[in-house]
Amino acid sequence: MEAVRDLELDLDAFEGPFDLLLTLVLKEEVGLADVEVAGVVLTFVERLAERESPDLEACGEFLVLMAALLELKARGLFPDEDELAFDDLDPEEAAGELAERLALYRRFKAAAGWLEQRLDTESDRFFRLGPAPLAPVPERPLAPQEPALLATALRALAAEPPEPSLTHLELRFPPVSLFLDRFRAVLRRRRRFVFDSEVGSLSRVEQAVAFLALLELRKAGEIKLGQPAPFEPITVWSAAA
Amino acid sequence: MTGALRLVENPVDRLARTIEALLVIAPSPLSIEELAAAAEDETERVETALGLLASRYREGRSGIVLEHVAGGYAFRAAREAAEACSRLVERPVQRGLSQAALETLAVVAYLGPVSRPEIARIRGVAADSAVAGLVERGLIAEAGRESEGGAVRYKVTPLFERVFGLSSLSELPRLDDLAEGSDDLRARLEEVAGRRGA
Repeated sequence: MEAVRDLELDLDAFEGPFDLLLTLVLKEEVGLADVEVAGVVLTFVERLAERESPDLEACGEFLVLMAALLELKARGLFPDEDELAFDDLDPEEAAGELAERLALYRRFKAAAGWLEQRLDTESDRFFRLGPAPLAPVPERPLAPQEPALLATALRALAAEPPEPSLTHLELRFPPVSLFLDRFRAVLRRRRRFVFDSEVGSLSRVEQAVAFLALLELRKAGEIKLGQPAPFEPITVWSAAA
Repeated sequence: MTGALRLVENPVDRLARTIEALLVIAPSPLSIEELAAAAEDETERVETALGLLASRYREGRSGIVLEHVAGGYAFRAAREAAEACSRLVERPVQRGLSQAALETLAVVAYLGPVSRPEIARIRGVAADSAVAGLVERGLIAEAGRESEGGAVRYKVTPLFERVFGLSSLSELPRLDDLAEGSDDLRARLEEVAGRRGA
């Protein structure tokens, strides 16, 4: 038989090897109150029954571990205040209190047994389980309709819609060279010119391309640029002048 | 006019047909008051009509049985059809209720509204997962808090009564009749202690 610590458990609160359960309990990551000790014992006994001869060593180890687990669990079940209350009780009273608690639990255990039995005897009851009742839906009466009008409306909806226009997306970019030639020609005629008045009548796209041409000319050292302040008109001189 | 062929209509018959219709469409048992309100009739007449329906829809006579359950009236399948019904539908609510769930259910049924700490105190183990499972099955539901900001309390639902075939919670057996009392138990504990001491 493999070590007790490797015992694979499948409980409500925990699934995995016994060893891991012990570690988690000691680290207080699993509440001992949630651990079904009977489930652990049953698993162990089932495993034991699968063997031809009992493994006494494993049984011993299991007993020691379970005793420790039970002691921890028993301590956990009595909060501090109850412990104090029990300290004050004489053994006679404590026995009475314990018997009371046990009796109460036994009654509910018996009630659970009654319910289980009842479930069994009522197992041939079938009924429809419906969803919650629907809230009343306010009525929204439609105005009287003309069939011919409805048909017209439907026909309009059934017609193929016109292709959406994409003209606004088609930006026309004139070549930069156009403006290079143009500015060179202007500078051949005049020593200088004001960029803003030269391109004022053009579209925004054309103005942008014209500005690129200006930068090209500046880069090539053909012109000099001047602007008194940001957003003021740009003046262009021929570098050769 | 086919007057000669028309049967004399009994007004209770007509009401019985209305109630039949209401019970067919209802998702849960309907009380006499609810039936009377929907049918716009008097509760006494509704009771009479229910008596008529009960004799018509009873085990052995019809595949549908009228039953008094969960404080109201509802239709269910006749028991003789149970096997066929079980081939058609699943019953997730009552299937596989664990011992922990049944004990928790018993505490809530007898003591409800009751909080999780109270259930844990009686059973000696935490009741969180059992309570959550029963809420999911629809057998118990939240019923307010102990006090403002206190623990949530739970009570059983009409579905619980329906699943267990109870016309009301008063049909549960008396708790004292179910198991030996503390005196008997104490005597037994003392007897065991005496034997060990001897």
